[in-house]
Amino acid sequence: MNAVPMRSRLWRAFHQLGSPPYVYRLAGRLAPWLGVASCVLLAVGAFWGLVLAPPDYLQGNSFRIIYIHVPSAYLSMGGYVLMAVAAGIGYIWRMKLAHGVAVCVAPLGAWFTALALVTGGIWGKPTWGTYWEWGDARLMFELLLLFLYIGYMVLRMSFDEREKADRVSALLAVVGVVNVPIIHYSVEWWTTLHQGPTLIREGGPSITMDMLIPLLIMLAGFSLFFGWLLCKRLQGEILRRERRTRWVQNLAVEAAA
Amino acid sequence: MSEFLAMGGHGPYVWSAYGVTLAVMVYNAWAAYRHQANALARLQQAGEEQETRAKPTVRQIG
Amino acid sequence: MTPRRQRMVLVALVAAGVILSAGLALRAFQENLLYFFTPSQVMAGEAPDNRAYHLGGMVLPDSIQRDPGSLTVNFIVTDYAHSMPVSYSGVLPDLFGEDQGVVARGRPDANGLFVADEILAKHDENYMPPEIAEALAQAEQGETP
Repeated sequence: MNAVPMRSRLWRAFHQLGSPPYVYRLAGRLAPWLGVASCVLLAVGAFWGLVLAPPDYLQGNSFRIIYIHVPSAYLSMGGYVLMAVAAGIGYIWRMKLAHGVAVCVAPLGAWFTALALVTGGIWGKPTWGTYWEWGDARLMFELLLLFLYIGYMVLRMSFDEREKADRVSALLAVVGVVNVPIIHYSVEWWTTLHQGPTLIREGGPSITMDMLIPLLIMLAGFSLFFGWLLCKRLQGEILRRERRTRWVQNLAVEAAA
Repeated sequence: MSEFLAMGGHGPYVWSAYGVTLAVMVYNAWAAYRHQANALARLQQAGEEQETRAKPTVRQIG
Repeated sequence: MTPRRQRMVLVALVAAGVILSAGLALRAFQENLLYFFTPSQVMAGEAPDNRAYHLGGMVLPDSIQRDPGSLTVNFIVTDYAHSMPVSYSGVLPDLFGEDQGVVARGRPDANGLFVADEILAKHDENYMPPEIAEALAQAEQGETP
């Protein structure tokens, strides 16, 4: 008896999330809050990580790069999973908005992947003694992740018709998601120059609390920052996809006035 | 202060990594806002073109 | 089957196929994905003998011998099961030291001495302030005097 209204409520929420005007307004309302919260967290986390956290016993101050490298790498992988799930939903349920989410995640994910590679290289020089090592599985598969993001965007560009681009690029996004667990486990499956995972490992994080707290703050700050930009990009994407609808044209007139 | 900036000899690495990150994040925030603003501007442009194209037909009828 | 069901099955099949083929491909290229070989693997003949490769392990404590007047340094790399002597001439990374992870690129000579042309330092996933590292080292010494 109770299950039916519960289920219908869930379906209504699902359908609302498929409604462009609803999501456009939701994103517009969320964006400023996410923006302010992420900037505060990033400022606090960066100050804590650069000034208050102690230096590492072995690496000294170069370890402070962890506070931007790890969140970038985590977003590069989390972003890809989000993109693949959204593209998959869009493909199966023919939900244009879900494809729109995947389209908006791609450039953000690609930028954070590039950041993870660059900050990792800068960190590698004073610790390993090299910026880059061809042949290290962790580095190779993270680079492959960047190519997957770029491939997704380039593949879309090769289609004139948006719906066809949605369908074909969604399959690439779903196929590429297999790379994400490979990146995570690469340091355990093979011998690598890159060290093992510090946070997500058996026995808990292998970093002391005074170094861990700013890292968690930065992870939260980067995540909210990603959400903020995703909201703004999604708004733009919805306007482009729905430009022929009455509600978008009314909105344009209102914005001009 | 200069001791803090030197980071025990790791200053160039730490600050270049943070600098690149800051630049990329600021650029992405700007690009995301421009993405939406451009979409709105194009819609308004298209709306105005439609209006100007619509006017002659109104005159013809009149 | 509804079209939506069909698409669902298609996505599931594609995902399963990709996971399977990725798994097979990674198994096939297992050896190429190894960045370095441990002394045990070298002893077992798993390292390539026709080209330079990376030898990785820990620097055995008290094994570093610096040649005065030149940049040559000799040390022993161990994985605690087997060990290999290494010779290198050049600049060492800051993190190079006894009981630290190390990766050397080169190949063994006729006498089994691994002649390296590049040395990189490998650190582990532990991060802690210097005081805690000191306390840990002291505690360890107290346990095994």
